[in-house]
Amino acid sequence: MFAPAPYFLKDVSVSQVMIQVCIALIPGIAAYAWLIGPAILVQLVIASLAALLAESAMLKIRGKPQALFLSDGSAIVTAWLIALTFPPLAPWWLVALGTVFAIVVAKHLYGGLGQNPFNPAMIAFAVCIVAFPALMSQWPSVGLQMSLLDQMNIILGLAPRVDALAGATPLDALKTALKLSDSNVDIAQLLANQDIFGNFAGRGWEWVAGGYLLGGLWMWQRKLITWHVPVAFIGALVVISGALWLYNPAQFANPLFHLFSGGAMIGAFFIATDPVSGCTTPRGKLIFGAGAGLLAYIIRVFGGYPDGVAFAVLLMNLCAPLIDLLTQPPIFGMKNKA
Amino acid sequence: MITRDEFKTIAGNGIWKQNTSIAQILGLCPLLAVTTNAVNGIMLSLATILVMALSNVAVASLRNFIPHEIRIPVFILIVAALVTVVDLLFNANLHELYLVLGIFIPLIVTNCIVLARVEAFAAKNPPLQSTFDGIFMGVGMLWTLALLGGMRELLGNGTLFGGIDMVFPSLQPIQLLPESYPGFLLALLPPGAFILLGCMIAWKNWMDARAAARAQAKPPAPVATAGAH
Repeated sequence: MFAPAPYFLKDVSVSQVMIQVCIALIPGIAAYAWLIGPAILVQLVIASLAALLAESAMLKIRGKPQALFLSDGSAIVTAWLIALTFPPLAPWWLVALGTVFAIVVAKHLYGGLGQNPFNPAMIAFAVCIVAFPALMSQWPSVGLQMSLLDQMNIILGLAPRVDALAGATPLDALKTALKLSDSNVDIAQLLANQDIFGNFAGRGWEWVAGGYLLGGLWMWQRKLITWHVPVAFIGALVVISGALWLYNPAQFANPLFHLFSGGAMIGAFFIATDPVSGCTTPRGKLIFGAGAGLLAYIIRVFGGYPDGVAFAVLLMNLCAPLIDLLTQPPIFGMKNKA
Repeated sequence: MITRDEFKTIAGNGIWKQNTSIAQILGLCPLLAVTTNAVNGIMLSLATILVMALSNVAVASLRNFIPHEIRIPVFILIVAALVTVVDLLFNANLHELYLVLGIFIPLIVTNCIVLARVEAFAAKNPPLQSTFDGIFMGVGMLWTLALLGGMRELLGNGTLFGGIDMVFPSLQPIQLLPESYPGFLLALLPPGAFILLGCMIAWKNWMDARAAARAQAKPPAPVATAGAH
């Protein structure tokens, strides 16, 4: 969108920003590969290859320079975010299909880099969870107890997909437990007793989320993102989950659990902060982040899908132009109208 | 009577130039809801063709007796009567398909294509031309809905002409993709219809742009009707 003067031009290219975003994802990826399974590394490679191929093909069709746009790294960031939000043992074609859809439809059909109204990675997630709900909800329960080769065979479809592989995310396990049992179930007990839960959120997954938090803080320190969106996202999530938790601790999980489950951390720092599909004005960013956090909680707790971050971000993407229009800061040297 | 040129214009408008689905973008509600396979799209289009041809000829015959101020309610009454006939025919003869198409057959009354053709064409033209207009507008709808439905069921299920046994009990749907095809469910849901319809509109615009570019590149053909403006 547009912001009033004064404009400061930072001397960084798109590719420098994208490389730093990739670096910021590394702590989360490392924790993922170590605690959940190295399958994620295979998925990252598949997604990156699919993204580069799709990007190259679309650039050719559109008659744009290949080298300039392929080397800017934006396709790689999209691909990595897709691989990190899909189940680690998803078949290769699922990740590839999501990535191709993100690059071709969500990015290039809308005009390419900088023109997309929706976050391409979240479009990929939404398309695949709507089209293949069963495959998209097969999450390995607790750390994969198998070799990298076995994991690769499952991803590439060379080994049968065993049902035992498919667990539920901690969020799903919680929702199912609450639905199945009578009203006398206690979340505190569930969290303490079930194997799938760790110290304060999902076992293993809590440290992956911690890795994203670390990378996100580094991005903020490097001034790649401002504090507004993550703080508003996390703040809104904490406020609504805290209020419901205080109201009935037996039925609603505590804020810490929600912050470190599912896509909350990667969403707050890496997805909702997308400068293209998000808001531009400072107050707009606060509204955008808070709205995404609130919607993510509502969808993941009261909705039918395992997590709500993707849909929350997409819904807020829709509102971003309007929010930007209504939150224009006063022009330099002028008083605010209000 | 009708001249050859008039007929060609009417047919060309209906099938391509003013195609209801990909040029006028009318009647999206049945288009999105019904085209989950080619058979549904074709059958609903056939019902619409019947209604459009009959309502166009009825309105064109009566056009000089309908007071201008209340023409829309009168048109709707005529269309509604004809739709009721088609609805009862479907219910009696193709009952299973009638259950699948459900509310969308009675809703042909409110389909803006029917009223649009009655108002824009039949109210101003003689009965014969109006009949052809109704038929060819319907044919334009027929091929777009069949194509859209075919693409959606191919992507979504890997089959073609699913549900054909409801029309011809002796025929079976064609399984085009292997049985293990997981099915791209999105194509069967409304977003899939929107995305594929968008692709079809883009394809039509691309074809038109290419034809226009070719016509411009060619030296102007010798004008047959020289002297006419």
